[in-house]
Amino acid sequence: MGVEGIGARVVRKEDRRFITGQGRYVDDVKMVGMSYAHFIRSPHAHAKVKGIDSTEAMKMPGVIAVLTGQQIVDDKVGNLICGWAITSKDGSPMKMGAWPAMAPETVRFVGQAVAVVIAETKNQAKDAAEAVVVDYEELPAAADIKAAIKPGAPQLHPEAPGNIVYDWHLGDEAAVKDAFSKAANVVTLDLTNNRLVPNAMEPRAAVAHYDQAEEHYTLYTTSQNPHVARLVLSAFYNIAPEHKLRVIAPDVGGGFGSKIYIYPEEMVALWASKKVNRPVKWTGDRSEAFLTDAHGRDHVSKAEMAFDKDNKILGLRVKTHANFGAYMSLFSSAVPTYLYATLLSGQYVIPAIYAEVIGVYTNTTPVDAYRGAGRPEASYLIERMMETAARQLKVDPAELRKKNFITTFPYQTPVIMAYDIGDFHASIDAAMKAIDYAGFPARKAKAKADGKLRGIGLSCYIEACGIAPSKAVGSLGAGVGLWESAEIRVNPVGTIEVLTGSHSHGQGHETTFCQIIAERLGVPISQVSIVHGDTDKVQFGMGTYGSRSLAVGGTAIVKAMEKVEAKAKKIAAHALEASESDIVIENGEFKVTGTDKSIALPMVALAAYTAHNLPDGMEPGLKETAFYDPTNFTFPAGAYICELEVDPGTGKTSFVNFVAADDFGRLINPMIVEGQVHGGLAQGIGQALLEGAVYDDTGQLVTASFMDYTMPRADDLPSFQLSHTTTLCPGNPLGVKGCGEAGAIGASAAVINAITDAIGNNKLEMPATPDRVWHAIHG
Amino acid sequence: MSTVKLTVNGRAVSVDVEDRTLLVHLLRENLNLTGTHVGCDTSQCGACVVHVDGRAVKSCTMLAGQAAGSNVTTIEGLAKGDELHPMQAAFRDNHGLQCGYCTPGMIMSAVDIVHRHSGKLDEETVRHELEGNICRCTGYHNIVKAVLDAAGRMKVAQAAE
Repeated sequence: MGVEGIGARVVRKEDRRFITGQGRYVDDVKMVGMSYAHFIRSPHAHAKVKGIDSTEAMKMPGVIAVLTGQQIVDDKVGNLICGWAITSKDGSPMKMGAWPAMAPETVRFVGQAVAVVIAETKNQAKDAAEAVVVDYEELPAAADIKAAIKPGAPQLHPEAPGNIVYDWHLGDEAAVKDAFSKAANVVTLDLTNNRLVPNAMEPRAAVAHYDQAEEHYTLYTTSQNPHVARLVLSAFYNIAPEHKLRVIAPDVGGGFGSKIYIYPEEMVALWASKKVNRPVKWTGDRSEAFLTDAHGRDHVSKAEMAFDKDNKILGLRVKTHANFGAYMSLFSSAVPTYLYATLLSGQYVIPAIYAEVIGVYTNTTPVDAYRGAGRPEASYLIERMMETAARQLKVDPAELRKKNFITTFPYQTPVIMAYDIGDFHASIDAAMKAIDYAGFPARKAKAKADGKLRGIGLSCYIEACGIAPSKAVGSLGAGVGLWESAEIRVNPVGTIEVLTGSHSHGQGHETTFCQIIAERLGVPISQVSIVHGDTDKVQFGMGTYGSRSLAVGGTAIVKAMEKVEAKAKKIAAHALEASESDIVIENGEFKVTGTDKSIALPMVALAAYTAHNLPDGMEPGLKETAFYDPTNFTFPAGAYICELEVDPGTGKTSFVNFVAADDFGRLINPMIVEGQVHGGLAQGIGQALLEGAVYDDTGQLVTASFMDYTMPRADDLPSFQLSHTTTLCPGNPLGVKGCGEAGAIGASAAVINAITDAIGNNKLEMPATPDRVWHAIHG
Repeated sequence: MSTVKLTVNGRAVSVDVEDRTLLVHLLRENLNLTGTHVGCDTSQCGACVVHVDGRAVKSCTMLAGQAAGSNVTTIEGLAKGDELHPMQAAFRDNHGLQCGYCTPGMIMSAVDIVHRHSGKLDEETVRHELEGNICRCTGYHNIVKAVLDAAGRMKVAQAAE
């Protein structure tokens, strides 16, 4: 390992601009002649739009235009799409209603846009929006799963009778029935996985520019995947052909999944920029983020697990209702199916699994992937089940897990996934040692003497990352391939630019990816630049989500580097009059092994571009491209243990310790990896204790601001104790698995298991607020 | 419209703004100091924290006119040329930032925290004091480390002066 190579804790190259206020986010972009958009949004969860009167608004100062949903339909802008087709168990395709970018006839959730005001200033646009009169005819609303599926419920879309999008299943129902018939014990569990609001700190924003002479659009947008945005805007929304549309995602202030999707506001900004022939800026405020960013989770599940007399698992049966909100967002259909049910085997040998998932429309904000996306829901279900089972079977929860761990790899689960490698005993042992699991009973007794209820909770998660093998996901209904591309440009002076289709919005790619180059060439990372986030610069890419950037995007970089090195070695061998097979790369030099002959990288690069003396038939230049399609998912896994105290008088929870032992394969920059785990744990703990989107019966989002929705603050969280165990991923040359989502996937079950252990009552839902905990203690 | 005269990062400025203009908008829109961010609309997140006459203030909570005659320091004015403020350096060295959006407000708050506690800080105090700054990326673990680290560095820097 070099000082800046693989495994080094290199401080981040990107930090200087962020700590000095020089970051460039979308709202920082200004254009000559720029106008401002403000959306008019429905205050009702379900209503007919009878008419929109903008007469008074158009007379107000600075107003350029008021554009409506009907106009966007008339201009044949496409409806929003869902990119993953799911087939119901009866063989029918999923049933989707149309989602226009602004509603021409019917609104189906509070906050859905019906019109937009374009004005000279933001305040003028806001003022004029107040003067637009929208005539709504209110309709009854179905605000949650229960209300949406009951007989006589208000119907959202005529295409989806009973508000059912699909009724899907996975696994072997007969085998599970057989397993349960042989069971010595059956454990049952009813669970709600609470709805969350992603709340990246930077609200979504768009700056759209239409160049009339060139018939060309430019869109600055808060996106995790600008190329996918361009593809969708072009192929489905008919905004412009791809070569006439440039999408730039500059510095992006967090995503967590919520910035994967191409939302109505970005579409409208582009469309409006041509309509008014002016650059148009829209920047969402936090209230709009709460109402319109895709929410996460929101499952209601019933689970049963069968055990034999030796406490070995025989089978698992799960029935889940998933809330999709009012429309099917871009990847929403895949989240409670192929990203959820496929992980229901957890870390355990479960011979038979059968899962049913019913997707439901409600009059709420659309729901899609949020950090972990389906895998936190699976992990929470399995890990609460294991804890519940241990209590019912009166065995130690760690021992019950160990007894059922998968120990041989590769391991084919009954639910599609084939785990390539892992060592679940190593991670649970590391976590138990770190928290002194054996000493817990004594600590619990001491806490009891002090009037506190102390609990300990485990969570052994596994996730499928490195999303994903294109052929595999294509066979399951995905509308896109999930490969990644990279281009390496070695410039004539020997500096290196790495163009990647991955997008960094906090993950530190500008440092991690440089370390991969530094490791291979032995050059300082200051000589390497990472270029991303601009469809005019990077040829193509699928973006960043599902912990895929390193396992897939990083591997594409390695593949491109292999080509660059092969050509550079040929040039070096030619210059040094040596055999190509004798050339080795060390410290930025190409050396003839066993001799003192060498040529530095800049001289090789210069030779490639001067082209005065290249091997016969060689093309000039030193630039290579690779597209990499993974052969399998990667399977990060680990064990989290939470120890906490509950004050029985108030129901308030206080952390004593939180330990994490993760196996992410090889770590490129351990400092960055730890940061990713910290952030994930905070979101998992936030879900467990603090966060929850609450709708009232009429479909109003009650928790629509930071005053009402509890974001984790510094004093809500402990410092974390992290460690790593390592099994190298065999599926990619870096041996990496991905680390971005682990914390959010594993943490919530550990917290709830600890609280229920402390209070001796397993009936507790998230978020476990002091009020809920107090009632769980006192009835 | 009113003319607001104030000093920003050591420079005297005079800006014509609507009376309802917030300080954060004056900084971002009129002075192009885009390091100060807006992350919410209820004065909860702290992404907009700047120093007004040496005290940390959420600039989304103050009208531009209220800052007339004040001395305002934003994140852009914290470093001395190329030399980072110890708090900026500590955030970088401790990986106290990821997406960078909350970072300017976090750093400006943190500098104020260290000043108000005369450098005498422990983890619990730092966590309590950061209550008005929300970060969604870091889980605060490394932010807390950075603030404690910077408190030490600032003490050393002060002693050297």
